[in-house]
Amino acid sequence: MTQFGTFVHTARRSLQEADRRYSLRQVAKRIGVEPGYLSKIERGQVAPPSEAATVRLARDLDQDPDVLLALGGKVSSDLQEVIRKRPRLFAQLIRELRDAPDHAVLRLVREVRDGDW
Amino acid sequence: MITLEHDSLVFRFPEVHKDARCAIAFQRTLRIPDDGLEYPLPPGMGSFPLRHLDDYARRVPEDWLRRGGVLMPMHQAEAMWINFHCRGYPSAVKIATGKTCALTGEGWMNHLNTDPQDYAVLPEQPWLDGYCVAKGIVRQFVAMPLGLGYTVEEQLTGEAEHGGLQLIVYPMKAERYEEMMSEVSAGAPPDEFVAYGPIKSSQMGLAPGGRMRQEIYEDEFGLDAWDQRHASRCFVTIANSVQWMSLTGERPPTEPPTASAYTSAGLPWFDYFGGDLTALAETEKLRGIASVAEMGAANGESPLPENKSVDVDRVIPLRRKGSSQVREMAGDAPAKT
Repeated sequence: MTQFGTFVHTARRSLQEADRRYSLRQVAKRIGVEPGYLSKIERGQVAPPSEAATVRLARDLDQDPDVLLALGGKVSSDLQEVIRKRPRLFAQLIRELRDAPDHAVLRLVREVRDGDW
Repeated sequence: MITLEHDSLVFRFPEVHKDARCAIAFQRTLRIPDDGLEYPLPPGMGSFPLRHLDDYARRVPEDWLRRGGVLMPMHQAEAMWINFHCRGYPSAVKIATGKTCALTGEGWMNHLNTDPQDYAVLPEQPWLDGYCVAKGIVRQFVAMPLGLGYTVEEQLTGEAEHGGLQLIVYPMKAERYEEMMSEVSAGAPPDEFVAYGPIKSSQMGLAPGGRMRQEIYEDEFGLDAWDQRHASRCFVTIANSVQWMSLTGERPPTEPPTASAYTSAGLPWFDYFGGDLTALAETEKLRGIASVAEMGAANGESPLPENKSVDVDRVIPLRRKGSSQVREMAGDAPAKT
């Protein structure tokens, strides 16, 4: 099994324990792939699916699409677009934050401002 | 802290607990008929886009800028439901429209109240579709311009002052959460509106639409469970489609299909069963509000472009713990008629 396949299998099986709609067949149908293909993905016998299918799979399994894409060795197109627009700035930023703890990274995130109301 | 991620407001409280987070998004949906009948839950048709209001600081009216928050587009008479997403750390959420509580009809307060309960508890409450007007019944959130008298704010306060939608989230106290976990382990061209100014009547508010079956659940944890020293709040300013295009240069999402077109296409509606949770009763204030159609009829106006009753025969039952992903329209939207 690959890390991607193991993650998908574990997440799906955990949901299936409480809800039969998370059978291999039903999840495959909802995300628009063949059950056999999803089974091979879970067993790591094929490469992770396309970005669009990975995002659909993540949403169906209530997982973060960016996390699942990363496990599949991908970065979402919208993030690539952000980096391509200012490659030097974002490359530097990402390298500098590589080992920063989560709370330090979160301090850089843009917050929604609350005003006077 | 609140961040804007993929058109969701993500509330995090790292100072309380690393797991204390939830996300709130606003779902596009069809407007259910406002005909006095009770309908099941309509589908989600994707999230409304959200933008930082500060990104348009030079062009928005001064009173919009002062309250901060985010900007969201809605067409007049378009409906919406609120999608709560929480991976397990409980939160209490207050929801108001025009600074009037959607659960009690009381004016805005920055703290939680239990008599009557003026907040929803996550993750028990997966969605909120409207104003609590009877036990197990809500009237759908429908966008209407402020100043015409239809919004709940105007009906209950007599003023058209705030509009929009307001949220405040409180995380559960960390020690209570740890205790609980240990127990568990056991359309228009933009240049038409370039010169608009801070005119209050050009704001959008939310008004009560048709009736649907939805329970709002009683707090099973009790008021003491919530960490009211740490809260994050947000004002969601609703822009009409022309204002949205003028400010952002983006087209707003297309209007959803009508309830009759959707139902005729054989697409499903939904029912939700919260198990043994107790539903809140309505307050006297919200019991008495008039719907958009009722008020229009009384005024000799036709505020809703289409309001035909529909016979719903395909209803998908959803149970507690089911993923919110399934409350979505399957397949392509039928054409708007």
